[in-house]
Amino acid sequence: MNVKKSVGIVQTQTVQLPDLRLGNGSILSPLLIAYETYGVLSEKKDNAILVCHALSGDAHAAGFHSDSDKRPGWWDEYIGPGKAFDTDKYFIISSNVIGGCKGSSGPLTTSPISGKPFGSSFPFVSIEDMVAAQKLLVAHLDIDVLFCVAGGSMGGMQALQWSISYPDSVRNCIVLASTAEHSAMQIAFNEVGRQAILSDPNWNNGLYEENSPRKGLALARMVGHITYLSDDKMREKFGRNAPRGNLLNSDFAVGSYLIYQGESFVDRFDANSYIYVTKALDHFSLGKGKELTAALEPAKCRFLVVSYSSDWLYPPSQSREIVKSLEASDKRVFYVELNTKEGHDSFLLANQKQEDVLRGFLENPATETHGF
Amino acid sequence: MDSKTIPGIALKERPDFAYILDTIAPGSRVLDLGCGNGDLLYLLSQKGIRGQGIEKDEDAIVECIRKGVYVHHGDIDEGLEHHEDKRFDYVILNQTIQETRHPGDIIKECLRIGKRLIIVFANFGYWEVRFKILLRGKTPVTDLLPYRWFDTPNLHFLSVLDFEEFCQIRGFTIEDRAFFRDLKQIRFRPNFFAKLALFQIR
Repeated sequence: MNVKKSVGIVQTQTVQLPDLRLGNGSILSPLLIAYETYGVLSEKKDNAILVCHALSGDAHAAGFHSDSDKRPGWWDEYIGPGKAFDTDKYFIISSNVIGGCKGSSGPLTTSPISGKPFGSSFPFVSIEDMVAAQKLLVAHLDIDVLFCVAGGSMGGMQALQWSISYPDSVRNCIVLASTAEHSAMQIAFNEVGRQAILSDPNWNNGLYEENSPRKGLALARMVGHITYLSDDKMREKFGRNAPRGNLLNSDFAVGSYLIYQGESFVDRFDANSYIYVTKALDHFSLGKGKELTAALEPAKCRFLVVSYSSDWLYPPSQSREIVKSLEASDKRVFYVELNTKEGHDSFLLANQKQEDVLRGFLENPATETHGF
Repeated sequence: MDSKTIPGIALKERPDFAYILDTIAPGSRVLDLGCGNGDLLYLLSQKGIRGQGIEKDEDAIVECIRKGVYVHHGDIDEGLEHHEDKRFDYVILNQTIQETRHPGDIIKECLRIGKRLIIVFANFGYWEVRFKILLRGKTPVTDLLPYRWFDTPNLHFLSVLDFEEFCQIRGFTIEDRAFFRDLKQIRFRPNFFAKLALFQIR
């Protein structure tokens, strides 16, 4: 940890906002949003950047929660003084998505009717709903126009959705390692994860309390984790090595690594949330080809789209589809495919080129509002 | 590094840039294929020309983004099919065509999406190139063709005469042409005396 470049000790805050009508008609009440902010909002309120997290992320994007905290927020590489998302210049907001389990309204929230956690009675939420909730938070912080919305993976989908849901409220949009809709393969991986949870004996139709479907959730995470790495990275990290003294669990190092990842995940994530959020991902669709071009038509902001050569979960071809659709409808877009080895997780890791690209994009701010 | 100083220097050294800047009117829309570090597009944008580029080199792309030049990381051989017919006033192929796999197809595609094409290439008919082959019997290495045979990105070599013949065969109209040796414009026997050739076709 480089103390100088950290935003330091931060705290997650939770706010209750007006009830939200979701896309499917149900009302989300209460609407709680957990969020963190870093940096200072300018007097003109024109320096706010919303960063959107990926599937298992949360509001804690940078800094540490305590002096003894060993792990910083999920995007600490890029958020802080002097970093690409420079907290000396920008006011950064990161919130936990609705449907999640890290403080925002989700299956773990207590239902005002039953007095128990919603569990599987929590309404279906979409990426659009997540973004609508973020908009309420941004309004609560008294910000009309975001300087930028940024996100990777699921966060990238939210950023894209922002650009068309609230075109007048976004000046710049950064979409990393993401897609305009899931392919059958991406849905397939999520389906295996969900089925692992559903087949856990503790699942109980989602109405579990103490005995949660830990094994099922761990399995879901294991499947997911495979897709976040690349073949190269796994080869480099594990090869075909047998684990040290762990033969009962797995014959190979990669197996025991996945088991460890799965087991540690259940301590910090909720099985119902996993189902809700992966469903939101699978249902998200801005379309393909002409359909996608039409979907992106309302956007007025500048875009930066970044893909990663080793990302096979959200491969560069999906980013190119977004870029081509933006270009076809005259949007201002930068696209770069970064040459990385780390697979889908590349966008989270330190990378000088990514730093240069993000900084370059943010430091050449939009002056026009539409067209180029 | 101040990105604003880079294009200024480039302009002094690039008579082809000066020509292009003179030719294209403000408000035009330009697609620069193989735009490199974005110097030309940057200069065009300063003149109120709306440009975007395609480039395959990662470092060059990072430079473009730092300059605020709209750029798409990709290979032009992979197609420009998402652009509608005559979408751009000009398409530019500045020392790019020799690196593409199917130059004829690319040029045809450029003329579909652009009203005009400006194409710039190193002239293989330049006397120094000819003499290097003729006298030394070796693949020429010059300032505009700076690679040796084994490390060159160039797949094709063409001269002023080759290109004129190509336009005739394909039925493209040459609307303007300009030839350069370093900073000088060459009018006399350009296929022999010019290092760099520029054609505007339609």
